[in-house]
Amino acid sequence: MRLRLRLPADAAAKALGAEAVAAAVLREAAARGIEVELTRTGTRGMIWLEPLLEVETPEGRKGFGPLLPGEVAALFDVGFGDHPKALGLVEEIPWFAKQTRLTFARCGRIDPLSLVEYGADGGLAGLRRALGMTGEEIVAEVTESGLRGRGGAGFPTGIKWDTVRKAGGPRKYIVCNADEGDSGTFADRMLMEGDPFSLIEGMAIAGLGTGAETGFVYLRSEYPDAIAVMTRAVEIARGAGILGGDVLGSGRAFDMEIRVGAGAYVCGEETSLLNSLEGRRGVVRAKPPLPALEGAFGRPTVVNNVISLATVPVIFERGAAHYRDFGLGRSRGTIPLQIAGNVARGGLFETAFGMPLGEIVEEIGGGTRSGRPVKAVQVGGPLGAYFGPDRFDTPFGYEEFDGQGGLIGHAGLVVFDDSADMGQLARFAMEFCAVESCGKCTPCRIGAVRGVETIDRIRAGDAAAIPLLEDLCETMRDGSLCALGGFTPYPVLSALRLAPEDFAPEREAAE
Amino acid sequence: MPVHSPDTAEIDRIIAAHVHLEGPMLPILHALQAAFGHIPEASVTRIAEALNLGRAEVHGVISFYHDFRKAPAGARTLRICRAEACQAQGGAALEAAAQRLTGLGWGETSGDGRVTLEPVYCLGLCACGPAVQLDGTLHGRVDAARLDALLAEGAA
Repeated sequence: MRLRLRLPADAAAKALGAEAVAAAVLREAAARGIEVELTRTGTRGMIWLEPLLEVETPEGRKGFGPLLPGEVAALFDVGFGDHPKALGLVEEIPWFAKQTRLTFARCGRIDPLSLVEYGADGGLAGLRRALGMTGEEIVAEVTESGLRGRGGAGFPTGIKWDTVRKAGGPRKYIVCNADEGDSGTFADRMLMEGDPFSLIEGMAIAGLGTGAETGFVYLRSEYPDAIAVMTRAVEIARGAGILGGDVLGSGRAFDMEIRVGAGAYVCGEETSLLNSLEGRRGVVRAKPPLPALEGAFGRPTVVNNVISLATVPVIFERGAAHYRDFGLGRSRGTIPLQIAGNVARGGLFETAFGMPLGEIVEEIGGGTRSGRPVKAVQVGGPLGAYFGPDRFDTPFGYEEFDGQGGLIGHAGLVVFDDSADMGQLARFAMEFCAVESCGKCTPCRIGAVRGVETIDRIRAGDAAAIPLLEDLCETMRDGSLCALGGFTPYPVLSALRLAPEDFAPEREAAE
Repeated sequence: MPVHSPDTAEIDRIIAAHVHLEGPMLPILHALQAAFGHIPEASVTRIAEALNLGRAEVHGVISFYHDFRKAPAGARTLRICRAEACQAQGGAALEAAAQRLTGLGWGETSGDGRVTLEPVYCLGLCACGPAVQLDGTLHGRVDAARLDALLAEGAA
């Protein structure tokens, strides 16, 4: 009997030993004369179970993980049955079954570079539907779905598309922001490595809706696996007529390129990304003009995050109403939560907006990996606020987090246990801002350096510097051109609020 | 990363292969670094000519980005993630171990050219940190002992 196995080739799975497991599987099978078909997939997102090997059975795929190479032989001994690492049917593991997988429906399930598996699992249905619609209808569908920018700003995607659609001129662009630099986030990476065609399909639909015929994915250099998969996927899509001068035989044109960033965090900001794409220093541009009117190469440009664009196909496949019916308030649809840091069950959990922060951290994430109490959760990347357990009842939504002096950003959550030094983390936020500032505006460029110095003064015992830090944060927040300088005060001030004792000199704290 | 001495003809060939792109600068710089292990000083003038820019502008772009090197890196490159998610999982101890094991500070290359130590702000392995990248290969849940073993493996 031919044994059909699946194992992720996602960067996180590889970092946890998936390649060694793959080699052990092939070696064992060869030694026993068993024919195996080992398909490499993306990850399901249950990172704490990686490497997660799946075997196809008549009942469905059964999982084994987290697997060590040395445990593979025993798996063959028991015929992939009873084994200490057996997890049962993968899609019935509670952590997975509790999710609403729309954007990530295929991720981890299919061979990322197989158009056959993509099409068999709902792929291209959205694009085919969009090809029968006018640009105005396409944009209206996105607007109705309630989709908002998943990069963090939360701007309604349909409104942005409509601005570009109505803009004149012979040339427009779709730019995908895949410069996912926020610590605690890996949804873009996982999607691009696990289901790259969904991003390509979403960008093609965006092109049809707005009249743009060229797309760029600006992908950070820190993601070599994602670069390789996306590059190959674009070639395959072009070969299959999904991209090119005649999209799926429609007579409409859309093609795209992968562009690699060069290690600048600030290029995740849309205007500095555009400068970088054009070949300049990744310096922030003042707005207006909006990129929707004067974006890449001075042309009308849609700049959307990976998750926003990769969610578009499922909206067209199932209809705007289906998507909009999930969520709460003005946060519609689902959000891929990335539960990271010191957490027992870390990974990507896609669910409707509205789940309280405490439930995400304690019930889904299982609390800290270290077993110690949670001290703080940083939500939304290095520019996001630290939330203590006293705010765990905050429901996960754009407005709800804004109302608590935070932001959801790209929906990354970094959990810290009680050993975290909030003063040190506040200092790090300022230090990071100083390293990554593009230098264009003074509050960010100078403010971040002064911020480090001021926190050092406070930690050396100068309590009079606390109001100075608060004042500096206000200046940075109100005076910076972009979110880097403007939002760095979030982690700094929230850390100060949460644990003022961590800003006191060490000998005082020890008393 | 392959390293050989900068050759003007090869620099020109690499520039010519990318100059047709919209926004060719970063693709050119990445290709040069892939070929030479750094951006050779001699390429600044060539790029400026090809793209009709001033040399200062080209220099400005190269110096803006953390990725582009003025000199080749060591034979091995060790990148340690310093971002918050890794800090939450013992990153500070790993950072200290990396500096102790290599005897290097951030951004330094050992005198014998064997190792370069660099910080990186997020490898996207935030649910399995602390994360490191050694010669392009990613490793998750790394502690000091594991890092020591990884460095020894490659050196053998």
